[in-house]
This record gives sequence, structure tokens and C-alpha cells, in this order.
Amino acid sequence: MSSPTSHRASPRFGRRALLSGALGAAAITTLNACGSPLSAGLVGGQLAPGTVQYWNLFGGGDGVRMITMEDVYRKNHGGPSSLEAATFTWGNPYYTKLSLATLAGSPPDVAVAHLTRATNLARGGLLSEITDADLALVGLSQSDFSAKPFEKAKTDGKLYALPLDTHPFVLYYNTDVCQKAGLLDSDGLLKPIQGAAEFEAALTAAKKVTGAYGLSVSTIADQATCWRWFTTLYHQQNGATEFFGNNGRELTYNQDIAIKTLEYMQSLTIKKELVPTTNDYAGAGTMLFTGKVGFYLEGEWEITTAQSVKDFKFGMTTIPQIFDQPATQGDSHSFVLPKVKHTPEQRKLAMGFVKSMLDQSLTWAKGGHIPSYKPVLDSQEYRDLTPQKYYAGVVDYVTYDSPAWYSGSGSTFENIIGAQIGLVEQGIATPQQGLDAAVAQFKTYVNTADPLA
Amino acid sequence: MSAALAAPAPAAAIDPSTKTTPARGARRMTRTAWGFLGPFAVFYVLFLIWPVIYMFISSLFNTTLVHQGLGSFAALANYREMLGKNEFWVSMWNTIYFTLLTVPPLVFIAFVLAVLANRVQRGQWFFRLAFFLPFILPSAAIALIWNYIFTPATGLWPTIQGWFGDTNPQSVLGTPDLAMVGIALTTVWWTIGFNFVLFLAGLQEIPREIYEAAAVDGASAWQQIKSITVPLLGPTTGLVVLLQIIASLKIFDQVYLMTGGGPGISTEVVLQLVTNTAFTDYRVGAASAASVLLFIVILLVTLVREIIERASAKSKREN
Repeated sequence: MSSPTSHRASPRFGRRALLSGALGAAAITTLNACGSPLSAGLVGGQLAPGTVQYWNLFGGGDGVRMITMEDVYRKNHGGPSSLEAATFTWGNPYYTKLSLATLAGSPPDVAVAHLTRATNLARGGLLSEITDADLALVGLSQSDFSAKPFEKAKTDGKLYALPLDTHPFVLYYNTDVCQKAGLLDSDGLLKPIQGAAEFEAALTAAKKVTGAYGLSVSTIADQATCWRWFTTLYHQQNGATEFFGNNGRELTYNQDIAIKTLEYMQSLTIKKELVPTTNDYAGAGTMLFTGKVGFYLEGEWEITTAQSVKDFKFGMTTIPQIFDQPATQGDSHSFVLPKVKHTPEQRKLAMGFVKSMLDQSLTWAKGGHIPSYKPVLDSQEYRDLTPQKYYAGVVDYVTYDSPAWYSGSGSTFENIIGAQIGLVEQGIATPQQGLDAAVAQFKTYVNTADPLA
Repeated sequence: MSAALAAPAPAAAIDPSTKTTPARGARRMTRTAWGFLGPFAVFYVLFLIWPVIYMFISSLFNTTLVHQGLGSFAALANYREMLGKNEFWVSMWNTIYFTLLTVPPLVFIAFVLAVLANRVQRGQWFFRLAFFLPFILPSAAIALIWNYIFTPATGLWPTIQGWFGDTNPQSVLGTPDLAMVGIALTTVWWTIGFNFVLFLAGLQEIPREIYEAAAVDGASAWQQIKSITVPLLGPTTGLVVLLQIIASLKIFDQVYLMTGGGPGISTEVVLQLVTNTAFTDYRVGAASAASVLLFIVILLVTLVREIIERASAKSKREN
């Protein structure tokens, strides 16, 4: 005899199935209509139309400045939902996420990329080309950008990025210390330094005043800065060749000049004791702010930190020509459009966001960067910006990292060689040992097939 | 949760008369069983079996993330690169070092905690909860917690070091020699609950009568533990050790989140090398080669354990 429950179970089950099915369908339709992230994720739909998705890697002072610029965009384009911005950890973690998101088919509409890394992204087919038509959509043209970064933004003759700025390695100086050392002219600016002898004389004078050291530069746990200082000095010498050739398939650096550069860097720390051997990123800056050194080497972005120190007077200028020709390490931030199926409206929205950021280049420049957008670069407000105007001319002789699939800002290349340079500056390795150790690690990369080819 | 306690129960008594032909009911049961297993089997093959096969295949090619297909044939070049790369051997050693640091405490301390918790008459639930609770936290949560604890100069750990007189303690996660120890400590705190629960279940399966009989014969508490608890928990311990070693060799989460492989490459483990090679350098082929090498190491460990267990079972039978 069948149990009473099994007999009554069928129609109840039928009704339940119908009701739950209808509920589910209604839920999905409502969600889809709302355009919420949940529904977009479930059904693969578009986030609320009119929203621009933007990824960047700006933390610290830069990050705060970028958020200010984003808020201006939001105000002018219909409120907070017009832009969805996300910031990720600087360096390889950011580029890995950007690459994987693009490969998965759901990248942001606009992303920031260093020009040295954008080349690799473009070669890997992860970026969409920015045509003249795209530029015309928002009233831009080629002539609106500085020549050098714009050329660098092209890969194989096609444009894949729009440069926002150039951010070079610069020399900071403590005004009080340099005044006492007699290194300033009548306007309170650093007297031009030319050649190694004058450079070391200035450092020695500063050291006499501080009683500690003349110049500080980060040497510990900071591969990027170690590389920047090395490559600046390396490229200032006649006969300095690119580190890599053939997109990283050959090592083409000049061995003698590289050794000579490392010897010079080590002489400043070990032999002449003008530069402390052990300093991390924060410590090197602090030494300048507290008057323990007269000079400090770092990227121009530290201007925000320097300006936030109470009653601290400082100046910034280009790195002196210590050897044969002027040269300074630098890179550029740029906007890229990851490759994804875009409607013309979405493309216009993305370009509109980029234009809005470029228009606010002056805000960005207050953070120390040199704008690549000519209308702002040539404007009177930027030309009056102090101390930025004292190093703005460096854009023409900035050296970017040699192109290779493992090269660029924050890349494996910088990590490997920067670590060895730091050891040489600390006196833990000889110049020959440091260079050999780095080259040995590069050989593996040079000999492996280019994954982007 | 019933853990394998004594020798496996004798095979279910099958009526020999029905052994020759499976009844029609049994055939239908088999089809129904496969029907239920079907969806899971599909996912299993798609997401577990096929990727493993793909891993072996792509390790012989220059497969990249950014290009379709397998790429050019590389034969054993990827293996030669990995075996010749200092970073690979350093990461392999770091992984083994981590295993050596975590497996003994995770087995031994879990056993001790289980024995102690088993003796608690009232409130045993509290200890079970307390020791198991960290295990349910996600890896990101525990990485954050222990990063805070290890914060240089101001964190809880250096503060306690200060109470013991060390006024300028080295930063645990910033010192190459100490970073892995810090991560191992985090892992022990995090995962001890799992082994603890396994041991506790095993302990509670031991009949009370054996202990009472031993007590009547005059055995002390320590002798009881030595001669009753430890041998009867043998299979559980063996299982725990094997699971622990395999899990430690596959470590990734907390290392990546706490130190990212630093300082330098002093805490970089094999899976992080694989991740960096595959996703940052786009080189899936080379990363697969490193994965296969790790797979071989794990396989060897399992084989060694099998041999030891067979040898000990054989010697037990001969006794």
C-alpha cells in the first residue's frame, strides 16, 4: 500500500517546481535590468551602460592625486556611477592581473601602463590600436603629445598607448645645507654642476656641513632605484650601448662601461664615503628631510612627500652631467585600451575618460610628473610650476629601459640587476661579481624563446 | 567521523551463491549509480584529469598564454631550463624546508592536544572549537592577521620579544633566515585544527575497556599512552603525516600573501615560481615543466610511504 505522503507528493512537487522556476526567471530579469555587478557576472552582461572601468597602479601621493582627478570626471559625467576605478599593487602583480583579465575577455575599458611595459602588452596582442579616428572622437591629434614619449608609445609603427607623463630620476637638494655649503647662487638655486670633479666637490661640501654624508640614494630592498642610478650613469658615458638587442634575445651592453659605472658607484659609498652604504627607500628620503645629507636621488614623484614635511625647503633639478653626455633614466605612464569587443559608444566613452585625465594634467604635474599633453605642458601655469620647471627639459634625453619581454618598470630584469647593483653599492660584492651574477641570470632569459613573438 | 583505527574490517560477507551473476537489480543499481556520478565525473575529467594531461603535453612545447595552441616543440628544453635555473633549486629547497618545519609540529602537537582534550570531562566542546576555529578562516584572513602580528617594531611579536629583553628585534618577515619560520608558525596555528580533529576522533574510537584493563594491570598514564594510544593510532598518524607532507609541498597561499617570495627569493616556493613563470612571464610551457618536476617529487614521497607501510605490515604479519 503506497504511503499517503508519496501519493500527495507529486502535485506539490509540480507546483513547487513551477513557482521556483518563475521566481528564478523573474529574479534574473530584474537583476539584468538593474545592471548590477551581480547580474553582469552571472549572465555576462554589460555593467550599467555609461560606466567606464579603469584600472591603475598608483599608490601613495600619486594615488591620492589620481583619485582627485577621477572625482572631477565623475562630477562632469553624471555622478559616481559613471566611473569604476580600481588600484592594484605596483609592478608585476598589476600587469599580471591586467594580462589575465584581458585574456579572459573581461578587462577594464581603460588601464594605465608604463610605456616600457605597454610595448610588451601590445606585442602580446593584449591591447587595441588607437587610431587617428579614435583620437578624433575626442578632439585629439598626434601633435597634442610630446614627440619622444609619443614615439615610444608606438609598437611596430602602430599606436597602442597615449602618454600621460614622463617621470624621470632627479636630484633633490636640501636648501639649507646647500646654502651653508656655498652651493647655491643668488636666486637660491643650485649652481650648475658639470663633470665628476664638480659633482664630488659639491657632495664633499655638503658632507662638511651635515657632518654625516653628502648624498643619499636607496640601496636596500629597492631594485628599481639601484637600476635607475646605474643606468643614468651608464648612459652618460660615450660608447654606452643598449643593454639588450633584438628584443632581449642578445646581451649588447658594454662590459667596460658597465664595470666602470659600478666602480664609480662603489667609490662614492665605500672609498669616498660620500653616500651611505645601507639605506632603504624611506630612509634615503628621510636623510634629506632631516638635513643629514645635502642631496637625494629618486624619481620626481617624491615631491609630494618632500612638500608634506613641515618647514622643509628643498629644490629639484636634473641629474648633473657627470660624464660625457646628459642622460637620465625615466619612464612614462600612459593610458591603454585592453583588447576586447567594444561598441563604438563604449570606445567613445573610454576615449572621453582619457581626454578628461589629459585635460587635468596640471593636477598630475603638481605631483612632480612632466605632462606629455602639449596643451598643458606649454601652458603658463605649468611653466610657472616650481620646482617642476627646473627639470622639465629632461624629457628630450630620458633613457627608457631596453625593450625585451622581461624588461620594463618593475620587471624581472630590473629586479635581477637592481639586486646586484645594491650589493655592489653596499660593498658586499665587487663590480665584477655583481655584473657576472646578473648576467648569469639574464642568460637564462636570453636563451629562452620569446613568449610574445 | 570514523577514522581508520584498527586493521580494516573484514570484507563484507558476500553470500557466495549470488557471486557468480549480478542480479538485474544490481545492474540497474550500477546504472543509477553512474547516473548520479555522471555530472561529477564530467567535472572531474574536465577540471582535474584533462589539465594534468595538458600539463604534461605543454611542458614539451613553448606554450604561451598570449598565443593560441601549443606553440613550437621544445622537447626537453623547458626541463633543462628549470633544472639548470638556480631559482628553481632555491624554491625547491624552500618548499622542502617549509615541509620540514611544519610537518613534525603539525603531527606531534596535534596529537598532544588531542590526547589532552580527550581527557577533559566537561567543556571538551570549548577546546574542540578553539583549536579548530582557525582552520575555517580563509588564507587571506590569516595572512593579514599574522602580518599584523609580525609588523616590525610595533607588532605583537616584536612587542613580546621586547618583554623578554630584546629591545631591537629583527623583523621576522624581513629577515631572510627567519621569514620561512614565521610563515611556518602561521601555518601551524592555522591548520593544526584539522589534524587535531582527526586524532581526537581516532582517540575516541579506542574502547575504554583496554585502558581499564591496562590500569588494572598497573600501567601508568604514560605507559598507557605509549603502549595503547600510539600504536592504535598508527593508521591515523600515517594518514595525517602523508596528507600533511603533500599539502606542505603544494604550499602557495600564505607565502604569496605574507612575503610574496621575499626577502629576495628566500621564501619563494615552487608553486610561486610556477605562477610567476606562467602568468607574469606568460610561459605556460616552462611553468608546466616545473609543475611536472614538483609532481614527481610528491609522487616519490607517496611511493616511499607506500614502501615503508608495506614493509611494516609485512613485518607485523611475520611477527
